[in-house]
Amino acid sequence: MSVELIGYGCFFLTMALTYAIMCLGLNVQWGQTGLFNVGIAGFVAIGAYVSALLTTPDTANRFGGFDMPILVGWLGGALAAAAIAFLIGALTIRLRSDYLAIATFGVAVTVQLCALNLERITGGPFGIGFIPRPFASLAGDPLLFSLFNLGVLIVVITLLYLALERLVRSPWGRVLRAIREDETAALALGKSAVKFRLQAFAIGGGIMGLAGAVQAHFIGFIAPENYLPMLTFQVWAMLIVGGSGNNRGAILGAVLVWGLWAASAGAVAGLFPPGQQARAASLQIVMIGVALCAILLLRPRGILGEEKVVSRHLGKLSSALRNDAKPATPKQ
Amino acid sequence: MNPQALMDGLITGSMIGLGAIGVTLTYSILRFANFAHGEFISWGAYFALAVSSALGYLSGGLLTPIGPFSFGWSLPISAVVAVALTGGLALLVDALLFGRLRAQRGTVIIMVMASFGAALTLRSLLEFIFTSKPAYYSKALQIALPLGGGLRATPDQMLSLALAVVLVVAVHLLLTRTAIGRSMRAVSENQQLSGVVGIDVRKVVRTVWVLGAGLACVAGVMAGLLVQIRPYMGFDLLLPLFAAAILGGIGSVPGAMLAGLIVGLAEALAVQFVGAEWRAAVAFVILVLVLLVRPQGLFGRPE
Repeated sequence: MSVELIGYGCFFLTMALTYAIMCLGLNVQWGQTGLFNVGIAGFVAIGAYVSALLTTPDTANRFGGFDMPILVGWLGGALAAAAIAFLIGALTIRLRSDYLAIATFGVAVTVQLCALNLERITGGPFGIGFIPRPFASLAGDPLLFSLFNLGVLIVVITLLYLALERLVRSPWGRVLRAIREDETAALALGKSAVKFRLQAFAIGGGIMGLAGAVQAHFIGFIAPENYLPMLTFQVWAMLIVGGSGNNRGAILGAVLVWGLWAASAGAVAGLFPPGQQARAASLQIVMIGVALCAILLLRPRGILGEEKVVSRHLGKLSSALRNDAKPATPKQ
Repeated sequence: MNPQALMDGLITGSMIGLGAIGVTLTYSILRFANFAHGEFISWGAYFALAVSSALGYLSGGLLTPIGPFSFGWSLPISAVVAVALTGGLALLVDALLFGRLRAQRGTVIIMVMASFGAALTLRSLLEFIFTSKPAYYSKALQIALPLGGGLRATPDQMLSLALAVVLVVAVHLLLTRTAIGRSMRAVSENQQLSGVVGIDVRKVVRTVWVLGAGLACVAGVMAGLLVQIRPYMGFDLLLPLFAAAILGGIGSVPGAMLAGLIVGLAEALAVQFVGAEWRAAVAFVILVLVLLVRPQGLFGRPE
């Protein structure tokens, strides 16, 4: 019993952490840069499909199956998604902010359509199976297998988190903030807003692709219906709940919202008769939609909120100022 | 080429055009891309379905087809009621969500995101109430009449096309010839300034919602009558709506209608030459082309 419980716990956390990767990617685009992406599902799908094509064994009736190592697949998935994000960004970032939203929405619809229709490449509605899973040799021991998989995800998340934290605090990250807060001032300082935004959008898209690839290898099977607009919505809810602009918030939000989602799915399965389950599942989406709107209205900064000061220097400066200020106050 | 594709394109195009007018008005006057606009199409169609079934239940005579059409008096009556209900729904969503965000001076993108949340909520609510099973206003079959030149159309289709033309002309006249239309254009130029000179901005906002949602409802009833009613019908039209609004030029009503027809015809041609499964990608291709070549659209002004 306890072994099964731990196994389920591992599975739950591993899934939650794959969403956390998507959330981190969105945080680069929205949290740090203020770029709105409504096509998260599309970028995740690109990463998943590219990685699956690169790593699955050669298959009859389907293009690809290059049987490459898993890490190559992940890298390829991330690069492909970053490239598409770059192209879409190059097309729309100069224009009004919601043109990007509309264009990314179009990407998600088109990727979904390609996944369904390009049967020779994507396997059509049946998707791609037999995607190699990390530590497949351990599959005989479910507990060890799930623990190792969780370990992989924790390593990926930790590396990504450290890299992003470093990036946010780097001069590059500070320019992004500056552009988001006051574009004119940043332009006056000679920073090309378009270039920085485009870089941030491509990096965020690449991270989403990586998330898709990692998730595909964890589940071992992908199909177009994994990448419906619902996914985009879930990731948004996660970031908003956790607090956009905050990488820890992105991870926390992913685990929390995924937990709520799993719990409410369990409640739906338990409370409603089998015939009504599909209907009740839509109520689940209504709840999460209302919750997102409520958070936007009531607590737009999320649970953790944004870290206002990302510069190390500014932190030092303000504490130094405080120290200087102390002796100046008159003693009684 | 099969000339019938032309007719199909015109019919889809007029639905897209009616929806795109609402998108372009919200975009130019309330200044955000409303992802929930497609849901007004679906809600409008289902409102009409609910009212017309209720009317049919009360009096079976209302269900007997009028003349050559496939529907009885219950449908026109319920369509009028549905337009009012959809307008009310839009006002309700504005009071609960968008109006409050405007009062908080939320950024454009927060509004877009809220509309995304509202879209999902509205769609899933519809799925919960009516389930995802397709529904129809009438089970009657219609025979397409030859119009000459190899074109054929059912009486329902011709009525829909005529209605779309009448509505577009009416909205265009409303915007260009009436006091409220002038106020709307003034608010779209400069909201603060028009408030200063005494234009009731809140009334303009209400008009935009009711007008946009009402037209969306008509498009929904048309789609329900000519195709079928599904909770996802509005969502599937969303990308074509945006493509048409941007192609026509944001803020231009004739532009939205013309661009809607272009998108519809392009979809019909794609079905003919590429395959029906790629239909949904047409709007995206058009969108990308417009953004590449002429981001301000056909009748728009460069920013």
